[in-house]
Amino acid sequence: MSVIELLSGNQALARGAWEAGVQVAAAYPGTPSTEVLESLAPMDGVYAEWSPNEKVALDVAVGAAYAGRRALAVMKHVGLNVAADSLFYACMTGMQAGLVIIVADDPGLHSSQGEQDSRRYCKFARLPCLEPSDSQEAKSLVGLAYELSERFDTPVMVRSSTRISHSYGLVELGARVVRQDDEDQTRLVRNPGKYVMVPGVARRRHPIMEERMEAIAAFADSLDENRVERRGNAVGVVTHGIAYQYVREVMPDASILRLGMSYPIPAETVARFAAGVDRLLVVEELDPVIEEEIRLLGVACEGKRLFPIVGELSPETVRAGFVRAGVLTETVESVDDGTERAAELPARPPALCPGCPHRGVYAAIHKLGLAVNGDIGCYALGFMPPLSAVQTIGCMGAGIGQAHGVAAAEIGERSVAVIGDSTFFHSGMPALLNAVYNQQAVTVIVLDNRTTAMTGHQDNPGSGSTLLGETTTQVDISAVAGAFGVRHVETVDPYDLDAVEAALRHAVERDESSVIVARRACALAPEARADRSPLAVDSSKCIACGRCLVLGCPALCTDAEVVSEHGKATTRIDALLCAGCGMCAQICPVGAIDLAAEVVR
Amino acid sequence: MSRRETVQALRASHGLCFCLVGVGGQGVLLAADIVAHVGVRLGLDVKKAEVHGMSQRGGSVVSHVRWGDKVHSPLIEQGRADYVVAFERLEGLRHVGMLAPDGRLIISDHRIVPVTVTCGGSVYPTEDTERRLLGAASVAPTFVPSVSAAQVLGMARAHNMVILGTLAASLGDGTWPWEAVIAQRVPSNSLDTNLAAFRAGLAFCSQRGVDVA
Repeated sequence: MSVIELLSGNQALARGAWEAGVQVAAAYPGTPSTEVLESLAPMDGVYAEWSPNEKVALDVAVGAAYAGRRALAVMKHVGLNVAADSLFYACMTGMQAGLVIIVADDPGLHSSQGEQDSRRYCKFARLPCLEPSDSQEAKSLVGLAYELSERFDTPVMVRSSTRISHSYGLVELGARVVRQDDEDQTRLVRNPGKYVMVPGVARRRHPIMEERMEAIAAFADSLDENRVERRGNAVGVVTHGIAYQYVREVMPDASILRLGMSYPIPAETVARFAAGVDRLLVVEELDPVIEEEIRLLGVACEGKRLFPIVGELSPETVRAGFVRAGVLTETVESVDDGTERAAELPARPPALCPGCPHRGVYAAIHKLGLAVNGDIGCYALGFMPPLSAVQTIGCMGAGIGQAHGVAAAEIGERSVAVIGDSTFFHSGMPALLNAVYNQQAVTVIVLDNRTTAMTGHQDNPGSGSTLLGETTTQVDISAVAGAFGVRHVETVDPYDLDAVEAALRHAVERDESSVIVARRACALAPEARADRSPLAVDSSKCIACGRCLVLGCPALCTDAEVVSEHGKATTRIDALLCAGCGMCAQICPVGAIDLAAEVVR
Repeated sequence: MSRRETVQALRASHGLCFCLVGVGGQGVLLAADIVAHVGVRLGLDVKKAEVHGMSQRGGSVVSHVRWGDKVHSPLIEQGRADYVVAFERLEGLRHVGMLAPDGRLIISDHRIVPVTVTCGGSVYPTEDTERRLLGAASVAPTFVPSVSAAQVLGMARAHNMVILGTLAASLGDGTWPWEAVIAQRVPSNSLDTNLAAFRAGLAFCSQRGVDVA
């Protein structure tokens, strides 16, 4: 009897890799890709790891595939930028066993610094791209990806998106395949003519890669996953991924060519499909990748003229595009899009959690008025008012290098960078090394909460355990800084506001680089949650000065009642939210916030 | 209408769309997970959409769950949700536009004041504003005292189960298959409290004579 389970796209991708017999998998966590490896790690017969960054993860997967074992690397779209160098050589060499790279894009930027279309890399680096439209396909396309990888000796990209990765659907589970090759290979293949990418060898590999792409393009026409659904002749829609579902939803009568392989496209199938319909529309999320390829075939089509190039598609935007095209009439009832209401209601942007240790560092930065180069993680939220403590955020590991540049520009501003522990290991370390080596005075504050918090508490080289749950070496950040030659390294508890401020004042005075490690577990870590005792405001003492509100803590709010004496409302603490960190009590000038409040939780 | 009849009616129509909204950290995603698995137990095709990552850090959280014979889009279109289930008052107001003309709003009476109100000069909607906005959208809300009901049970966090109880009652489902799904999805050490909270939600609905499906 078949087993059917409700799985997220990411869980299904992991299941697909497992059923395909994957043996080695590596990733760096990044929304929306993170749960792929978290789901795969507990499965039998798989070695899975968090690597310090995506480039290292891809190299690990490539090495395993050179060693004849099916391998997987997983990353978010911007992670592929980090791994791009490795992607290009892997496409040149090919492997001994299947190599699949799962890349999850984030159209709509739910949790990213940019929305780029990873399919562009497929044309650039020369590899095929498979795109699932739901969880069931997320599973099956990973299996297909391994077959293609081995048949054509190429890495294969399986491209997901936030909506595929984080949507759940029913999936029929299958068994894990047992590969004969796994028994055969016992030593690394010696084949420098294929695997040593010096110019003379690489020059010979380039035409092989081009011929391979032509062969895959020809094969694409026979692929079942490039599926034609014939309905009417008036409109034909070429689509992919999640966009397919929106097209089915809003234009149930349209003929559809759903590309399960969106690069290279199946030329004959497209031409035949186009010939059978009056109008050919292309509905794709983000870039006009399919549209451009169809135009290159000399086939007329309409795409980005009708459907947005920016942001995540939705049933609404796809409907609007069809209405614009004149193939769908607008629904009669005026749909409330909430615009008017939204203008009236207060926004609720994400905020640093109550009890977040980063808040202590940002309070000191705010107080001293320092201009800080930030980085990628929860602590990016420090840019928001009222703390407004971060002035730049670019990409993983960029902040220290930027602060270094500010120092080199000699404008008189103190150079300060904040970076999380996991981001420090990811790509912050070379930048710190650079600051020391080139003798710039940069103060680097490592927000060391012992975990990769933003993506949901994944382990990292500082956490002392691995993805497989094994205890391992816990890298000491202050020792790393010392080894790089930083002479002033200080560790502080970010809950101690006076200590943080003193450390910061001391560090920025120096004319050499310095490191402050602000060390305390994430407020959402189980150990931190275990002993929470919420605080309360003594309203008879509160003078409504509002100083505590500078912390921007979600647990602090002002009472509705305005105290006539001050013309302001007193502060109240939401006991359901308060983590009891005590930062507001340290700031309160009249001792109105007490550490001993009994509240039902 | 019995559960069986509800399901039959559902099969005959377009399926059911639930939009669950609240604030990051409130247990919205767990609640959505339970609604999705109830649909699976009912033998339906189910899709659920949610977003992880930065938006979860105390920001607005939205999850869509759809039940049906065959569900394509995991996202519900504006104005097509049969239920908006709100775990926080302001968030419920924010998303009433998701409701279909005959849709229902089940909404906690709990308020979580956003930082934009505390430090940004925005105003949390008053009850007058609330009535005006709900009236404009022709929505008759079912307000549920979810947090106080859960606090009585000694676990304020279980407020999401109170809301689910009200939803189950409104669907005409009673305890099955909800309690079986809850038992699978919440930690065993807090199961009794969660189930008690769920039943409090069910009872609240019948006490108030809330019209069931």
